[in-house]
Amino acid sequence: MVSYLLRRLLHSAIALWGVLTIVFLLLHLSGDPALLMIPQGATKQDLERLRQDMGLDRPLAAQYGIFLWNAAHGDFGRSFLQRQPALKLVLERVPATLQLALTALFLSVIIGVTAGVVSAWKRNSWWDRSAMAMALVGQATPSFWLGIMLILVFSLWLKWLPPSGYGSPQQLVLPALTLGGLSMATVSRITRSSMLEVLGQEYIRVARAKGLQERTVLFRHAMRNAAIPVVTLVALELGVLLSGAVIVETIFAWPGIGRLAIDAIVARDFPVVQAIVFFASVIYVAINLLTDLLYTVIDPRIRLS
Amino acid sequence: MRVKAGSGQLRLAGSARTKRGTGATALHALRRSPQALASCLVLVLVVACALFAPLIAPKSPTDQTLLARLSPPSLTAPTGSGYLLGTDRLGRDVLSRIIYGARISVFVAVVGVAISATIGVALGLIAGFVGGIVSTLIMRLTDIVLSIPFLLLAIAVVAVLGPSLLNLVLVLGFTRWIRYTRVTFAQTLSLKEAEFVQASRATGARGVRLLLRHIFPNTLAPVIVVATLELGLMIIFEAALSFLGLGVQPPTPSWGSMLAEGRNYVATAWWLAVFPGLAIMVTVLAINVLGDWARDVLDPRMQTNL
Repeated sequence: MVSYLLRRLLHSAIALWGVLTIVFLLLHLSGDPALLMIPQGATKQDLERLRQDMGLDRPLAAQYGIFLWNAAHGDFGRSFLQRQPALKLVLERVPATLQLALTALFLSVIIGVTAGVVSAWKRNSWWDRSAMAMALVGQATPSFWLGIMLILVFSLWLKWLPPSGYGSPQQLVLPALTLGGLSMATVSRITRSSMLEVLGQEYIRVARAKGLQERTVLFRHAMRNAAIPVVTLVALELGVLLSGAVIVETIFAWPGIGRLAIDAIVARDFPVVQAIVFFASVIYVAINLLTDLLYTVIDPRIRLS
Repeated sequence: MRVKAGSGQLRLAGSARTKRGTGATALHALRRSPQALASCLVLVLVVACALFAPLIAPKSPTDQTLLARLSPPSLTAPTGSGYLLGTDRLGRDVLSRIIYGARISVFVAVVGVAISATIGVALGLIAGFVGGIVSTLIMRLTDIVLSIPFLLLAIAVVAVLGPSLLNLVLVLGFTRWIRYTRVTFAQTLSLKEAEFVQASRATGARGVRLLLRHIFPNTLAPVIVVATLELGLMIIFEAALSFLGLGVQPPTPSWGSMLAEGRNYVATAWWLAVFPGLAIMVTVLAINVLGDWARDVLDPRMQTNL
């Protein structure tokens, strides 16, 4: 177990080093990073000074080394726009994004799992058919369109909910539904197929045969065994949600990391962009690690090796 | 929607794997699934729009009729005066723009999948066949790329390179190969030990020949399934990036950029946001249904865990 954990941690570290390398190369992709970063209307002297400030006059290998060293200390440089450490700006936005992503995840798990379990239980009923048809449509609906449609219906036509803003619970509803829509669809489909597989097992028939209540069979015997693929998916979905936040936060003017990312990219504020990509990757990698560890908790038969 | 595993489907799954008349079997199978057939028709329509846009579109996608700005959808369109799906803020016909927009979506989806599938399958074959340090390196690389939130990476790269259709396709093509690599890798590993491969090895087949003649063709079924699902994702990613202003540049119509424009008029001209989104949704839905169907026909054992 300990050696497994150590090896996984090593793999995670390698992955993050790779991410840092990609993030470093990203800036050099265009040829001259200074040219990318310089505000319009700057003079040649400004450009030279920026090159020196950024250390761009040194050899690439030296720049790479310095970048890695600084990044390992959480230093991605200062935002050109806000004159503050880039990572600090990112971390300030974390609560808003986390609130949005976790609400979306919560909604998609509650609704998705319920829909999936009922669909499997009442297989081929009208409920099953309509729920799965909806899930299929949900998987094909891009979040940026879903968001606009929700605003159209619930904010503009019905006037039930505000179209944007941050702070009140009402303002959380539409962004969370938009962000969670896709996951909801995916979770319900996986739950259904996983439940169907479990419900066809012998031990379920035994449980029913010995006269257990259907509720007990469903919740105690079936759901617990159907949970593994669902848990994997849910963990992966959290990563998807964090990524999807880029678009949803833009639509709903939600002050999270996603919006910061778009603002930074539009303004060519690259220290912030680098900090965001790295931060998001750390979260991704951490989630994957935790999921693998979670398996052993849910299913003691799984031995990590 | 998963095709129900009736006896007909099971028989079909078996016969699809025999070499005899794969095309005919596919057609036959298609007839048995109304959803798959309908999806096929939708996709034929979308591809036709992409190929023959000038012949199908009632008007030019870029001609501005300023007097007819923001006209609502009208059913009098066929007789001449109105616009079936309305007009945008410059008086351009939304229907024609959607028809022309199919070009971008189809182009990005097909070229993007072609690039990523080629890279992914090649890496997967090499990793599985060569093994050792090469395999470790390739699989570590997939871990690295997997740990970057894809959309964020794509946005950042396009922002550095500058927004254009070409950059968009390249970014999608060069970042979305992981699933192919993983599937091909797993297949190659197991095929390497399969009896028929061992047999051809015994008759003297070696290296590249063994890989290309015997292993590669047998990895194709799951690759096709992955590719089908990726087609839909490519369309969504293109629309997402164009929505953010990082894809196709105006005045070229793309479903994503039309949506971005429509978003600003959602209070006054709902049709600008509704119809391009519907086009994306219906197309992707058709692709996904077809993908599910292909998975059931080609490889019933393969589940949604791709």
